[in-house]
Amino acid sequence: MSEVTPRLTDLAVDLRTRGVRVGTGELIAAQRALAAVDPSSRSEARLALRAALCAGRDDLGAFDAAFALWAGRAAVEREEPLIDPVATAVLPRVVVPRQHAPALVEGEREPRPSAWSDVELLLDKDFAEYTDAERAAARRIMARVAARGPWRRSRRMRPSRRRSHLPDARATLRASLRHAGEPFERRWRAPTDRQRPLVLVCDVSGSMEPYSRMLLQYAQACVAARRRCEAFAFGTRLTRLTSELRGRDADLALRRATAAMVDWSGGTKIGEALAELNREHGRRIGRGAVVVILSDGWDRGDPELLRREMARLSRCAYRLVWLNPLKASAGYEPLTRGMVAALPHVDLFLAGNTLASLERLAAVMENADFGDRKSPGGQPDHELARRPSR
Amino acid sequence: MTEGRSEAGLSDPAAVRAALAEQGYLADEGLSVAVFLATSLGEPLLLEGEAGVGKTETAKALAGATGARLIRLQCHEGIDVHSALYDWDYPRQLLAVRAAEGGVEQEDLFRREFLLRRPLLEAIEDPGPVVLLIDEVDRADDEFEAFLLELLSDFQVTIPELGTIEARARPRVILTSNRTRELHDALKRRCLYHWIDYPSRDREGEIVRARLPGVDDSIARRVCEAVARLRSQELYKAPGVGETIAWARALGALGDEDLERTLGVALKVREDIDRVREGEVLEGV
Repeated sequence: MSEVTPRLTDLAVDLRTRGVRVGTGELIAAQRALAAVDPSSRSEARLALRAALCAGRDDLGAFDAAFALWAGRAAVEREEPLIDPVATAVLPRVVVPRQHAPALVEGEREPRPSAWSDVELLLDKDFAEYTDAERAAARRIMARVAARGPWRRSRRMRPSRRRSHLPDARATLRASLRHAGEPFERRWRAPTDRQRPLVLVCDVSGSMEPYSRMLLQYAQACVAARRRCEAFAFGTRLTRLTSELRGRDADLALRRATAAMVDWSGGTKIGEALAELNREHGRRIGRGAVVVILSDGWDRGDPELLRREMARLSRCAYRLVWLNPLKASAGYEPLTRGMVAALPHVDLFLAGNTLASLERLAAVMENADFGDRKSPGGQPDHELARRPSR
Repeated sequence: MTEGRSEAGLSDPAAVRAALAEQGYLADEGLSVAVFLATSLGEPLLLEGEAGVGKTETAKALAGATGARLIRLQCHEGIDVHSALYDWDYPRQLLAVRAAEGGVEQEDLFRREFLLRRPLLEAIEDPGPVVLLIDEVDRADDEFEAFLLELLSDFQVTIPELGTIEARARPRVILTSNRTRELHDALKRRCLYHWIDYPSRDREGEIVRARLPGVDDSIARRVCEAVARLRSQELYKAPGVGETIAWARALGALGDEDLERTLGVALKVREDIDRVREGEVLEGV
């Protein structure tokens, strides 16, 4: 046993660099699992280790690659396909655009199905059903979606020839010099537009597992694409991920973020996480930000605390949006304690399970006064929040 | 005053500390070292910290201690070169053009008499010692930050119509930020950095006594104890040193009142006040 441990640690280290969370607990479990199976059977060892070290489907690809290296072989063939052949034949097929395939010579034509339908299929596919390849393919679409978002009027001015109520004395004077000092041409100024700050608060607890990886990828794309964007993740505690997610290399950024999160796939205490957000990061969020909470609303904390913190957050934010992956399913009613407590303070309640729904979020946010707070008291009514998004 | 700035007084961190204390500003070790370095190396100093820990006061005290003129640029959203550095007095120029009935050369219009000097230009052109306070720089936008960076690196500006103006004496620059957003790394690299923390209870007591001479000793002690307790609570907005001083002043005016009844001096968020009352945080102070 004692000689196995350093070898196993190598595997664990490799897995961590690939974004799989392997803690000491998993490592011990892996060692015990390895001792329990027939050590001469390569496939048994592989399955035992996979069972001990992987926490979800997302980890399988990373594990396969790491195991192949670790066990001293360049590639490992899948013993059994993940879905059996009959099911594969029946299920709708999603073709992944070959963006990551070895580049073809420019101009060389490759027979392939219509790219449009590929993208379209991907747009409406639930994140929970994504394969690794689709996840990679979605990245480009996501980057495009993330570049869109809320705007606001800036107080900075730019010269404009269009008549407005703001005269531009500087430009008018310059123009008048061309006419012997007569201000024939009058010039104007117009305010510029700026990106409104965006704050993404992503639920990474166990119940969100099928979605959190993609939503985190969305957060990464937003941080990369926007000037003022903050990203947080929470389960039972809140972690600020903005600096981890920054940078050009998306994979590296996501790996850093995964490493920074303490309670990936654990329980959920939304209220406490939001309390921490309000207290510790209130300045960062500032006024006038659009705050988007990405969560299914399953909350094991105190609903009263959640209600209070949602109220506070909604008072500080320009708009408060709740993106719930479950909302898309037919017959979904926001009846979990968490959702019931939170909804009255939400300006906009949207689905968040597909690329198309993220695109809709972007489109809605681009609209200058989306989710208009009608009642002057600042309390948006329940109906507004539950109004189907358009 | 124009000659030989009173450097002698700031020969080491302890001297800085003493000089600031003379102005009623009690700096801790870290801050005095930072200020000493900023003055002796001639580097800008970036101060960050929670609201009300005395970032702006540092600049005022430094100006007072060195007999320098304090020039303050308050940053705000949309601030640009024309509100920070210089602008031309366009209405007067237009009048001048009309008065001359068109017979005016461009050079005549863009002369110094039509130049409006904003704080940064004031600071650069002032022949005497200057402390330039660039307050709440996080409120300005990235473009303005980039402009500041340029200015802080060589203290010269170019006005297209007039040419390049160079600082006669480098002003001492203090920037403050409330961290509503992260400043650009390039700007941070250009500056010395110091994070001003809340003072310890004892030091806060000294600060209160320094700022409010003649304050009742028991009031100072109680207020500092109460503030220390409040800061250990999970509040949306913890009271700063400014609030401590205001609270002590309020209690002095009322004649040693109940702390809870004057809680509104220190806490400005209703939920915080409720929480403190319910939790009986101030019990026995």
